[in-house]
Amino acid sequence: MKICVTSKGAGTDSLVEERFGRAPYFVFVDSGSGKSDTIENPLLNESGGVGPRIVQLIIKEGADVVITGQLGGNATTTLQASGVKVFSYGDNGTVADAVAKFEEGKLRQMI
Amino acid sequence: MKIVVASGKGGTGKSTVAANLAYSLLDRHPVTLVDCDVEVPNLHLFFDSEPETRDVFTTIPKVDTDLCTLCGDCGNFCRYGAIAVLKDRVLIFEKMCHACGGCMIVCPEKAISETPYPIGLVEDSNPLSGLRLISGFLKEGEVLAPRIIRSAKEMAEDDEIVIIDSSPGIACPVIEAMEDTDFCILVTESTPFGLHDLDLAVGVTKNLGLNTGVVINRSDGSDEEVRDYCAEADIPVLMTIPFDKEIASVQNKGGLISERMPGWKEQFACMYDECLRIGGVGI
Repeated sequence: MKICVTSKGAGTDSLVEERFGRAPYFVFVDSGSGKSDTIENPLLNESGGVGPRIVQLIIKEGADVVITGQLGGNATTTLQASGVKVFSYGDNGTVADAVAKFEEGKLRQMI
Repeated sequence: MKIVVASGKGGTGKSTVAANLAYSLLDRHPVTLVDCDVEVPNLHLFFDSEPETRDVFTTIPKVDTDLCTLCGDCGNFCRYGAIAVLKDRVLIFEKMCHACGGCMIVCPEKAISETPYPIGLVEDSNPLSGLRLISGFLKEGEVLAPRIIRSAKEMAEDDEIVIIDSSPGIACPVIEAMEDTDFCILVTESTPFGLHDLDLAVGVTKNLGLNTGVVINRSDGSDEEVRDYCAEADIPVLMTIPFDKEIASVQNKGGLISERMPGWKEQFACMYDECLRIGGVGI
């Protein structure tokens, strides 16, 4: 299973970013192997319409689960239709911590 | 002659100036007043009438699911995020679409066509002899104000004297209202905010190469800063409307000072002549 975590930096040691579409980075973690890849947000400076476009990017990367803080309206609509599950993390911790809490079943499911 | 009334700062008195200017010219020529402040049009409050209504549409993409292969080209192309291509379907966000048609062009399967989508309406009326009032109304929640503004202006295209009331600020709707006009009246007030936003608006009219004059509204008599600014920017101050209880009282009742108070009709007509002179236009 591939988990996408919105983050402030590259790699699993960086802090989780609360915002979804405006997150500077997306860290993709493979729950089986624990390996991770980071993608820089290409739409950080766009004026609008970021939410649905980021969802498409995440789907293209093959994510099954998203962990983030908050979702906007259009991102919510798109994620709901996409079948990707979304979990909320608000502990101000690292990507690794978010993934660990998710695997322990401690995160609240938003979608 | 097409005159646009703009301001930069909101609440300076654009609609007051536009409505009075239009009224003051009716003795000598028919006038068309176009309310292009389509998010909150208000000129109809000055003039009672029974308008004819016309819906305004934009177009949004429609995907033929039999032809679509979910390749994602349209979603990647749309910089407004109006199309999201998912694993098993395509989502369209109508309110985010700018109707550019790009998705139709990039689709390799020709699976996308356009379908009309209503975003507002335009009202057309004759509230007074010689006065035509065209008002644009953008539907709540919609964002494509320039589309409504274009429709409203198109209706007045063949009219000789057209006065356009724009929205505040200097964003797309204001640029759309200013396009293809001969002169811009910028209404300001002698406050730091008024001057700051006047400067922004002047930047826009200079960029568009649009002849510009300033009206100082609610003047307390000490307008030196605005006057100095205008002198330096080489922009004439066309009129000063004082901060006056009687004027406020006429306005508060939805009245026009050019109709209810002596001298103002002549002053507004005189200002129009000055706009003609500076704009170098015949009528």
